[in-house]
Amino acid sequence: MFLHGYFPAILEGLRSTLLISATSLSIACLFGLIGAGAKLSGSRVAGLAADVYTTLIRGLPELVLLLLIFYGGQIMVNALADRAGLGYFDINPFLAGTLTLGFIFGAYLTETFRGAILAIPRGQMEAGKAYGMTRGQVLRRIILPQMVRHAIPGFTNNWLVMIKATALLSIIGLDDMVHRANLASAATRAPFTFYATIAGLYLAVTTISILLLGWLERRFSLGVRKVEF
Amino acid sequence: MIDWALLAESWPLYLNGLKVSLILMAISVSASFLLSVPLAIARVSPNPWLSKPVFLYTYVIRGTPLLVQLYMIYFGLAQFEWLRESIAWPLFRNAWFCAWLAFALNSTAYTTEILAGALRQTPSGELEAARSLGMSTATIYGRILLPSAIRRALPQYGNELVMVMHATSIASAVTIVELTRTARDVYYNHLAPFEAFGLVAVFYFVITFALVGLVKLLEGRFLRHLRPMSIPSKAA
Repeated sequence: MFLHGYFPAILEGLRSTLLISATSLSIACLFGLIGAGAKLSGSRVAGLAADVYTTLIRGLPELVLLLLIFYGGQIMVNALADRAGLGYFDINPFLAGTLTLGFIFGAYLTETFRGAILAIPRGQMEAGKAYGMTRGQVLRRIILPQMVRHAIPGFTNNWLVMIKATALLSIIGLDDMVHRANLASAATRAPFTFYATIAGLYLAVTTISILLLGWLERRFSLGVRKVEF
Repeated sequence: MIDWALLAESWPLYLNGLKVSLILMAISVSASFLLSVPLAIARVSPNPWLSKPVFLYTYVIRGTPLLVQLYMIYFGLAQFEWLRESIAWPLFRNAWFCAWLAFALNSTAYTTEILAGALRQTPSGELEAARSLGMSTATIYGRILLPSAIRRALPQYGNELVMVMHATSIASAVTIVELTRTARDVYYNHLAPFEAFGLVAVFYFVITFALVGLVKLLEGRFLRHLRPMSIPSKAA
């Protein structure tokens, strides 16, 4: 039988991995936008806070941050709940895992988004203001559509690194593809088969991502001429 | 709030973990550097029989998680009876050897792409000049292409060194007691996550910035010719 009958279970794990990746990515985008906004706001305090955030995250291994936030968060939430007179909370690993990954990759996306915004000529924002657009309109009509184009290469990189980083969540007990492969390996004594299978699935996901985001980048660059030598 | 006594008590364990992490990093990085120089030369070769297999290798390694690669080697290979009965089995049963192999192979893929990128940036005039002087291909690589490509790759290679340092934390998943495993053990024994993981975070932070500083020093030494010149002031 194909994969000793464990193929559906592995596919279920793939679904879980994709769901974790997508959720973490949305959270990371949120943190990234806030971070980039803080760095470009011109406010000393906000800029400093964002600098501490990105420097700290980039100086530490993902696994250590994951363990620190997962186990530390568990104790902190329960200490708070205890003080508020509430009962014991068991932290949902999915929530904790995706929040942590989102927080980590938000730091990397902060730099990506900041660079993308800086790549837009200042004159365009000034022109927008001169036409009487509000800050929100300048952001929505001028900055965001162009920012996407500049951000896509860095965004693609971070997304690929993040999909691979979700594998670490199996260590804190999330039921992802790696966890499924661990279980199937233990049951069938065919570990190589299962780890090779999920490696192939990861490769498929990264390949499809590269193709899709490449297409997206070309679409957003339709109006831009490339230099031809 | 912070249990300083626990930190003082487990300090020696962390120092030992630090030693293990640094050794793991050093052996992985040296192996990957030695492997990636010839692979990068093959990667930029006009001969597709040389460049395509290297591309396939770097693509597959860079497209899959390191944790899965490590599991494939450490847990996975035991599946094959011919390997279990071969003389190489004591090696593949050893967590250190497997971690070293996984980290070295993984880092080789990234380093190869970094070096290949730097080789491609060689100004074509340099190559033409070397050829017109009648240098052989080996001499051109040894004297012209590699020295300048390795210098140009230095900033990115510094990032790769930091990545490998951080990646060694994954060895904690295969019984190697390096820094992260030490912290996890301290956590399980005392249920003090902030002390256990906070201290290890300080260690990683210091190593990371020491590495970044070291690479900056090397850049100052080897990329001096690319530094923007200061404009002489009129008064002088």
